[in-house]
Amino acid sequence: MAIECLVLGAGQEVGKSCVVVTINGKRIMFDCGMHMRYKDLRQYPDFSLISDSGEFTSSLSCVIITHFHLDHIGALPYFTQVCGYEGPIYMTYPTKALAPLALEDYRNTFERGGEKAQFTSEHIAECMKKVTAVDLKQTIHVDKDIQIRAYYAGHVLGAAMFYAKVGDASLVYTGDYNMVPDRHLGAAQIDQLQLDLVISESTYATTYRDSKYVQEREFLKAVHKCVTSGGKVLIPSNALGRTQELCLLLDDYWERTNLKVPIYFSSGSTIQANLYHKILINWASQNVKDTHARHNALDFKNVRSFDRSLINAPGPCVLFASPGNLNGGFSLEILKHWAPYKENLVMLPGSCSNGIIGSKLMSAKIPTQIKLDENVKTDVRCQIHKLAFSAHTDGKGIMDLVTFLLPKHVLLVHGEKPKMAALKEKIQSELGIECCYPANNETVTIPSTHHIEAGVSDAFLQSCMAPNFMFWKTNVGSDERTPPILQVHDDRVGQGMLTLQNPRVFTQNELRDVLGVENHQVKFAHCCSAAYDSEVSNAASDWSPSTSQKNSLLQLLFGLVSGDFPDCIMHDCQKGIQVGSFVASLCSREECPSSNADALHFRCTWSVTEEELAWKVISLVKNVKLSREST
Amino acid sequence: MSTSISQTCMSEGRGYYFPPCHILDISGVSVLVDCPMDLSSLTIFSPLPVDSHDINIDNISFSSADSNEENRGNGLVYAEPRYRTVTKLHSWNISFIDVVLITSPIGMLGLPFLTRKKGFTAKVYATKAASRIGQLMMEDLVYMHKEFRQFYGPESDEPIWMKWDRLEMLPLEMKKIVFGADETDFGCWMPLFSAADVKACMLKVESLNYAEEICYNGILIVKPLASGLEIGSCNWRINGPRGSIAYISSSVFRSAIPKNFDYDALQASDVVVYSDFFSLNALEQVGNDEDFSGLANYFSNSSSADVNSEARSALLSTDDYLEEIDKLDFICSCSMDSIKAGGSILIPTGRLGIILQLLERFELHLTSENMKVPIFVISSVAEQLMIFTSIIPEWLGEQCEDRFYSEKPSLFTHTEMLKDGRLHLFPAIHSDELLNIWQEPCIVFCPHWSLRLGPVTHLLRRWRGDQNSLLVIEEGVDANLILLPFKPIAMKVVQCSFLSGMQLQKSLLLLKILQPKHVLFPEIFRRCVDTLAASFSSSFYNENEMLHIPYTEDNSCLHIDMDLARQIKYTKLEEQNVDISRLKGKLMVKHGRYKLCVEHEHP
Repeated sequence: MAIECLVLGAGQEVGKSCVVVTINGKRIMFDCGMHMRYKDLRQYPDFSLISDSGEFTSSLSCVIITHFHLDHIGALPYFTQVCGYEGPIYMTYPTKALAPLALEDYRNTFERGGEKAQFTSEHIAECMKKVTAVDLKQTIHVDKDIQIRAYYAGHVLGAAMFYAKVGDASLVYTGDYNMVPDRHLGAAQIDQLQLDLVISESTYATTYRDSKYVQEREFLKAVHKCVTSGGKVLIPSNALGRTQELCLLLDDYWERTNLKVPIYFSSGSTIQANLYHKILINWASQNVKDTHARHNALDFKNVRSFDRSLINAPGPCVLFASPGNLNGGFSLEILKHWAPYKENLVMLPGSCSNGIIGSKLMSAKIPTQIKLDENVKTDVRCQIHKLAFSAHTDGKGIMDLVTFLLPKHVLLVHGEKPKMAALKEKIQSELGIECCYPANNETVTIPSTHHIEAGVSDAFLQSCMAPNFMFWKTNVGSDERTPPILQVHDDRVGQGMLTLQNPRVFTQNELRDVLGVENHQVKFAHCCSAAYDSEVSNAASDWSPSTSQKNSLLQLLFGLVSGDFPDCIMHDCQKGIQVGSFVASLCSREECPSSNADALHFRCTWSVTEEELAWKVISLVKNVKLSREST
Repeated sequence: MSTSISQTCMSEGRGYYFPPCHILDISGVSVLVDCPMDLSSLTIFSPLPVDSHDINIDNISFSSADSNEENRGNGLVYAEPRYRTVTKLHSWNISFIDVVLITSPIGMLGLPFLTRKKGFTAKVYATKAASRIGQLMMEDLVYMHKEFRQFYGPESDEPIWMKWDRLEMLPLEMKKIVFGADETDFGCWMPLFSAADVKACMLKVESLNYAEEICYNGILIVKPLASGLEIGSCNWRINGPRGSIAYISSSVFRSAIPKNFDYDALQASDVVVYSDFFSLNALEQVGNDEDFSGLANYFSNSSSADVNSEARSALLSTDDYLEEIDKLDFICSCSMDSIKAGGSILIPTGRLGIILQLLERFELHLTSENMKVPIFVISSVAEQLMIFTSIIPEWLGEQCEDRFYSEKPSLFTHTEMLKDGRLHLFPAIHSDELLNIWQEPCIVFCPHWSLRLGPVTHLLRRWRGDQNSLLVIEEGVDANLILLPFKPIAMKVVQCSFLSGMQLQKSLLLLKILQPKHVLFPEIFRRCVDTLAASFSSSFYNENEMLHIPYTEDNSCLHIDMDLARQIKYTKLEEQNVDISRLKGKLMVKHGRYKLCVEHEHP
């Protein structure tokens, strides 16, 4: 069995994550993201590579979404409502709850820009109805052969890594993850699994980051400085994820420092998102969970919604406005109003999601003028602060995860090509694990090890459990005077047989039953006779002794033999004696050439193993002369 | 290595508050299912005598042998209550128990009695929700019991009421409770566990999500699956190397609050241990001449796909569910009448699901009648329970899910009711804040359903003379006995049975769909199962009897590691047309499977 990975997106780039994995005819799509840089169909993965005819429902077993970021879920409504995929879709509870908000937010910004998105609000709603929500660590049986399981990934609320097992091939698709806990979310957590493949993100493949704590403090310091000197803080951010994390920081800081400056949200969906974050507190970090009985940390005390009339209201404030990339919408509008004043502050998000204006601001020397579009320019005199922290794992985290899981192969996605190449080298040289980073629309085939499944007999299992002690002595060190240490091992070894057809394991003793054959035994035979005194057998009769006479002769012989061989038995019915497997029975064939008078004739048989014993008995019998005296 | 499963029924259970208890022995692992507490036996104790005319203080002299407590008329025991778990468990050596599986919050109440014993080393598994709710229930019990401790002072090792001459004087029905049906249970009365015991107990509980697999000792994989009875309650699927077992506790196909019964995941088990006490009660009620032919029809049909789908739709029929809603609405409309007449409503129940449902229905009724009546939930853990229920979308059924995914996400209306002051939570009845906002008529939910502990006793004393007030109690308790200390009662009493398991017919249909190989039923099922042409074999269990169920076939399976498999060289046996090879390796039991690997030589 092999694992075939078709990378439809996020191959050697960041954007539109989508990997289709085929194992033994079963196909799973991991993530269904969109590329934010494009506005035409290039923003979507090339679904035609899954099926030419567009029969997606029959060609995919299921779709798994790791988290609600658009580069992981953005293409889903298009895929289900326009392309017509009807099969099962799995994501965690928080992702199912927050994804429609993220998608709707995107659609709104898009349409506000005067363009038409590829999907409608109805598409989003209909699409979400097809989604099955899963909890962490739940083992879901998609069908008879496919099991999937979600593990906590940190990153954003509800982000999960997914384990999938088809037959005995298994893999983990990480999605985006974070290996260190932050204020809001915990660190990624997964079981030690036997894996053929790990498909990991590699956004920060070569970066090694300091603790987030320092960056958090810098952020708070900058905000504090600005508001205490009466400035307004603009934080362009999308409604979801980052906003709540920063809010958590600010709200907590406000409480501790007793600040009364208002914190605002611009978008309506942020309020809904906040409600979700409050209900979904069980998906937050341990610290947030532990304290929630006293106070739900996501029930922000100092945060309220924004009103347009407040834009030019006097006095300091903090405002979260979407979209995060300043490409348009409300955050850009606010920027126009606030940027010209030097007491104000703009918090730019991390480098990854910067739009055109964002990067202009980032590199600008204050004061300056910035072109917002064709004919609008604005003065920028405000302070600019870059938010350095990211919810992705760094290179060390990726190495840690791979070292922990020890898969047979690693496939890197969601990163920049040169960094991926460096990480691949590191994984191969340090861990000795095969690694690759295919480009978009490339297919990689990975062999998956497996085992032979066989029926097994109880006797075999029992024999495997039998103790098998081994003793040996080892010398400690080079000093010969110290006595060697006796080591004892109980190495239980199973020994048996295996059939190829209808595989079954059993012990050697059961072989006959399995093959349905009869038992064959090698036996030796020999004729011998014991002489007797004719007096014993009443001379009057013929020289062939009567049955009763034979019996008494036999009795005599038995007496003699059992003297030397105590475990000798006499068989009345078979007219003979037995020692172990050696049987000597009276021979009645009169015409036998060896027969002569005054002797009892025996047919002797014995098995191979008791040859020595047999000859001893025979020689004894041959040399006796049965007579009354001998009794 | 054992080649069979053995099962011993410790207790068949008595309704929702005392679920069944079993010990299973699977592949040499001893598994205890549930450890409930028999709280119905609390009824022999008197609630705290608070009013001066209730009790003559001078007469409470506990050290003197002569006190005329029993002459006070109702025959109840005036002493700090003692408690009982499953009495048959006392005869087991608990150090032999390897695993404890919990099916519901109620099913774990007796756990601290077990975990505080020396020699208890078992792993305890429960769902996250059940262990949280169970813990709160235990803590509440300890809190309520504290009142007795404060009133009676520290308890002696042998309380006066347990002396033989005193016991002799008890009325017959109470003697029955004290000694148990077969007069062997007297030694099983225990002082209640402490808050520290509860804490220590909870540290031993490993809590899981629904459908989360956990592997015990490499050999057994256990997995809790939603049963639909209560938030967090579950059935267990146990997979071992020799086969699979499904433990089916009381389950509800369509439930308003908890996640629906996940029966598909119990398909094709080798053995089903059937332990739904609800259908048990139903069987006890049917007469001897009851005809099961209707059921037999379902079974005699071949198991074709359409019959199965017919059975499936029958399972999901909403009859029970609608009936349940009707019941709740009946309670609500009775309550509305009482409130209009100036009376208050008292609902002592331990069922979280019922409380949550009634809160929603009361809200509807009050709004439609345009009435403003405060609703109180009085319990030391009320606040924690309400907070907990507002953050658990993963544990709730479709209705709550719909609300969760709506424009204004929430799980229950109680969050909103709390905000706008229609609902109040108080830890105890004696708080200044409560007295400040207290107003009658009102609706009160509070523990304890036995009417012996907690806020209910105080409120019942207050309202028992008011013919306009209403008390809602559950079926399955002896109404006469539990109301005894509050007599005479002018208050209206409604006794109501809530859905707490499968209907008999549905349970048999379920088994038809699940297609197990063997089913263990309680003995009372024999008559009814015998009439069915079922595809499975069955045995019938009685309390305290051990049953052995052999695995139907030698179906153990072995995985031969690829490294070892590569070394295999087959020899062809022409005559038998079989390829055969010798095999040597190390046997391992991992994740519930036998695995044969290459043995590594020692130096």
